[in-house]
Amino acid sequence: MARATGTMARRIESGLIWLLCVMPLLILAGQGLTDGLTANPVEYVLRALGVWALRFLCVTLAIGLIARFGLWRRAMVYRRRIGLWAFAYVCLHLTTYILVDQALDWPGIVKDIVKRPYITIGMAAFILLIPLAVTSVNKVRRAMRPRHWLWLHRLVYLIAVLGVAHYYLLVKADHRDPILYGVVILALLGVRLIPRRRGAIK
Amino acid sequence: MLIRPPADFKDCDVTDHGLYLRRREFILGSAGVGAASLIGGSAAQAAALKYSPNRMAIDEDKTPLKDVTGYNNFYEFGTDKGDPALYAKMMKTRPWTVTVAGLCEKTGQYGIDDLIRRFPLEERIYRMRCVEAWSMVIPWVGFPLAKLIKALEPTSQAKYVAFQTLRDPRQMPGQRSDILDWPYQEALRLDEALNPLTLMAVGLYGQTLPNQNGAPIRLVTPWKYGFKGIKSIVRIQFTANRPKTSWNILAPREYGFYGNVNPDVDHPRWSQAKERRIGEFFRRKTLPFNGYGDQVAGLYRGLDARTLY
Repeated sequence: MARATGTMARRIESGLIWLLCVMPLLILAGQGLTDGLTANPVEYVLRALGVWALRFLCVTLAIGLIARFGLWRRAMVYRRRIGLWAFAYVCLHLTTYILVDQALDWPGIVKDIVKRPYITIGMAAFILLIPLAVTSVNKVRRAMRPRHWLWLHRLVYLIAVLGVAHYYLLVKADHRDPILYGVVILALLGVRLIPRRRGAIK
Repeated sequence: MLIRPPADFKDCDVTDHGLYLRRREFILGSAGVGAASLIGGSAAQAAALKYSPNRMAIDEDKTPLKDVTGYNNFYEFGTDKGDPALYAKMMKTRPWTVTVAGLCEKTGQYGIDDLIRRFPLEERIYRMRCVEAWSMVIPWVGFPLAKLIKALEPTSQAKYVAFQTLRDPRQMPGQRSDILDWPYQEALRLDEALNPLTLMAVGLYGQTLPNQNGAPIRLVTPWKYGFKGIKSIVRIQFTANRPKTSWNILAPREYGFYGNVNPDVDHPRWSQAKERRIGEFFRRKTLPFNGYGDQVAGLYRGLDARTLY
């Protein structure tokens, strides 16, 4: 009986987290229905999806620490899911850029990738994310050596930094938001670098 | 809003706009209510303007008023496109004085309503191309800057006209952050300023200029990127040397003095070849000089196009 309620609680918890992950899309859909996407909806949606990708990356980075410091150990259960949602938002961001913003103008897109540092960097971050997403599948993960898998997934810090650089470079003058994300990511990375043993002294 | 047909008003074409703008204040004042001082601060709430019809028609759809007044770059009120519409109410546009200084005969302080009364207003429907690669079509109401300049009698040494926006962090919350080097400043070469296209706008869509669009008076140079169109002007100065301009100070490699729309000269960080017209889904091609080459290309003959960004 106790076990059944436990399962139920976890299902609710899992459902809530899933709902939080789709919330940005629901918000955008709601804004779309109520004329809330500004006068330049393509730009707005493109920007919103990119910023949400960055936020999900930050949460993914934070989960390891939340669990490590004992704030909510079970958070680790959801790290993969949230990381994959970050990848999903990156994919939606990129798809919006290719299909809507550039309207499949491939020469223009290639030129952008080559000539525009912020797009080069954004594209690099996307490409680096692909192996992380692929190796998140259980079967693939089990086939890998844990050491290799860990090494590969530490790339997420580099990806996050690239994501911030991508954001920073496209902003004209007001760099407060990208700097804020940069500080959060560097702080998360910094805490990560504190030797584990110190946390183990009890 | 009552717009009197010109027939009723013939001899008032030149003189009555300022008074018309302040008609509530005038009526209340003359009724002995003495409310003029109370209303004075917010006299520039949308009121109909009298102007002659457009002489620069273009066969493109006008951008809806909602978008023209709701999607703005006016960093004095915040860097989000929606910030100016939210916060520009904090700016008082009456009383408003424009200081004229530098190399001209008629330096001094000019009240905004005297300026508006002095020059007949006309409508100009212009394309507006932002350096961020979006664009609008806006029906401005204003008078040619050339008329004002001629009245101010610049001396023969005057080669440039410099403009400054109001600086007052109490009215302009965006100025509490050092995003740009306040006050915002812009400038034109004197011959650019005298070009018939160059407009001092005091209204749009037939009404007085909303605060978020640069009330009570702003510059419009449709062949240049929008950042050249300085808003809420408090100072005009004639100079012999090229004045500093705000975005050029911030990032000289990205924003030149000229700011002429040029699809072939990319912004260092993004392409200028195409633009998204607000209200349209896909991008359209950007035209050299924003489509005004016939009127302005002559100003730049002999100059290297690469220096004209």
